Amino acid sequence: MVLRGKKSNAIRESLGSRIFDAFNYVFLAFAGMLCILPFLYVIGGSFATEGELTTRSFFIIPRTFTLDAYKYIFSTSALANSFKNTLIITIGGTAINLFFTVSMAYALAKKDLIGRNAIINMVIFCMLFGGGMIPTYLLVRNLGMLDTYWALWLPGAISPFNLFIVRNFFEEFPGELRDSAEIDGCNVPQTLWYIVLPLSKAVLATFALFYGVGHWNAFMGPLLYLNDSKKWPIQIILRNLIIASSGTAGLGSLVDMPPDYQPPAQALKLAVIVVATVPILLVYPFLQRYFVKGVMIGSLKG
Amino acid sequence: MRVATNNPTLNLETKYRREMWRKIRKDKWYYLLLLPGIIYFLLFRYGPMWGILIAFKNYMPFLGFWESPWVGFQNFQDFFANPDFFKLLRNTLLISFYNLIFTFPAPIILALLLNEVKNALFKRTVQTLVYIPHFISMTIVVSLTYIFLTTQGGFVNNWLYEHMGRKIQFLTDPKWFRPLIIIQTIWKETGWGTIIFLAALTNINPSLYEAAIVDGAKRWQQMRYITLPCLMPTVIILLILRLGGILDTGFEQIYLMMNSLNREVADVFDTYVYTMGITRGAFSYSTAVGLFKSIVGIVLIQLSNLLARKVSDISLF
Repeated sequence: MVLRGKKSNAIRESLGSRIFDAFNYVFLAFAGMLCILPFLYVIGGSFATEGELTTRSFFIIPRTFTLDAYKYIFSTSALANSFKNTLIITIGGTAINLFFTVSMAYALAKKDLIGRNAIINMVIFCMLFGGGMIPTYLLVRNLGMLDTYWALWLPGAISPFNLFIVRNFFEEFPGELRDSAEIDGCNVPQTLWYIVLPLSKAVLATFALFYGVGHWNAFMGPLLYLNDSKKWPIQIILRNLIIASSGTAGLGSLVDMPPDYQPPAQALKLAVIVVATVPILLVYPFLQRYFVKGVMIGSLKG
Repeated sequence: MRVATNNPTLNLETKYRREMWRKIRKDKWYYLLLLPGIIYFLLFRYGPMWGILIAFKNYMPFLGFWESPWVGFQNFQDFFANPDFFKLLRNTLLISFYNLIFTFPAPIILALLLNEVKNALFKRTVQTLVYIPHFISMTIVVSLTYIFLTTQGGFVNNWLYEHMGRKIQFLTDPKWFRPLIIIQTIWKETGWGTIIFLAALTNINPSLYEAAIVDGAKRWQQMRYITLPCLMPTVIILLILRLGGILDTGFEQIYLMMNSLNREVADVFDTYVYTMGITRGAFSYSTAVGLFKSIVGIVLIQLSNLLARKVSDISLF
């Protein structure tokens, strides 16, 4: 009796359960596709003619293939220049981030350091309360950093969140390796540089990518602090090109356009997005490998 | 400090102090490593906190900080009396509220669904796809929005015009502003948001599930009696943090989506601070607005933390 009851229960369960599974797979596949379909359209459309873009609805493969948009982009230097700026901002910024974060995290990893708790509390307080946009802007201005990349690199040099994760990592670092280095006559910075860091490549890569992506995508900092158009990074150029030129004069379009300005063609905008997004997509496999692990470790410990 | 006495307590004290200094000297390299970071925090994190004081002054750049006159709470009074105040409050709260209803549960649901997938390859593929939008800058997301939804050649309106004979002014119609913001946020952050919940789900003791199956629990019952309760602490902590940030809306997204035609529903505290402070130079006034926002945020975190502790024994601190 019990067996029969169980058997029909088992069959009924697996049917309902299987239907759920089917819907689940379909739904999740749909969700995944939704995340990349916009890019497929953008990539496909960047190789299409203007006429096709303004009349056709969604497509991925253009009917006629053309390289016009890309030819135009690379004929002017504005985009290439902004690329160079973005690279400088990203590489310089990430180097500064790593220098400040790693040095402080390594020092804080020493558990019997006098004053350690006071410093940690000082950092935690910064996570809850801050100066805000205007006081920070005034500070940057008073330090004479306006319109320089230092305004992008210094105010955010250390992220407290990252600091603690890196510190936790250093705390778990095997002490025996450090001790043997010190016996061999290394002082603390030498130990850090020659022994600990080479063995910490995964963590360094994770946070280099973390900080790096932040710099690459930065919009607000450049908006606030960079006035010279020759210093503008990609995100600003994107905004000027696509959002500010949409014909609706507004807050996002506080850019002086010459009176005979023609808004760029749809294909042009798509091509610019492709060029701006491709680097991130290229780096993405590395991001995935290091990032997700790093965040999981961080979230479990946090 | 050497004291030539025979007092045993005093000698102990100097002995400890000498030990402390000896230890500090021994660790001098560590303090050297700390130095850049400490200078950073003092200058760029605590420095601006002093700048908050200009909210209580009428700061004029040519007078400098010390010579600008004190005005007490005048800036705050001006702000609360300003008719814009309620508009900003309404816009901010509505957007936060919609975010709470739609974008907060989305990663949880997605994580639960992903967790039910048995095929590891499928699961990993979906995860890979779904994390991508997180790495795309908000500027690109808004740019995509503009390109797709514009009435001048965007494919959405192309399709609408072809099949329904009309176009919709997504980008300028105030009715569409908030839905677009929510859709953008969901697209961009849901995938990434699942990470923390998936991590929590893997932490659930599998023997709980085994015991339940032995007791005859069906799949839905397992979800209801094991999975969801085990997820609650994570959800509640994140909810507390979310409530604490209820006046935060994310400057970049709103700024990029805002224009003169949807301004009435788009302007929030963060963009107001920017417009008043940077564009119009009303430093003191905008700092007061920013300070108001920060204080409300701190109070709200404390309140929601208390509420969570009373209701469920789970709290942030």
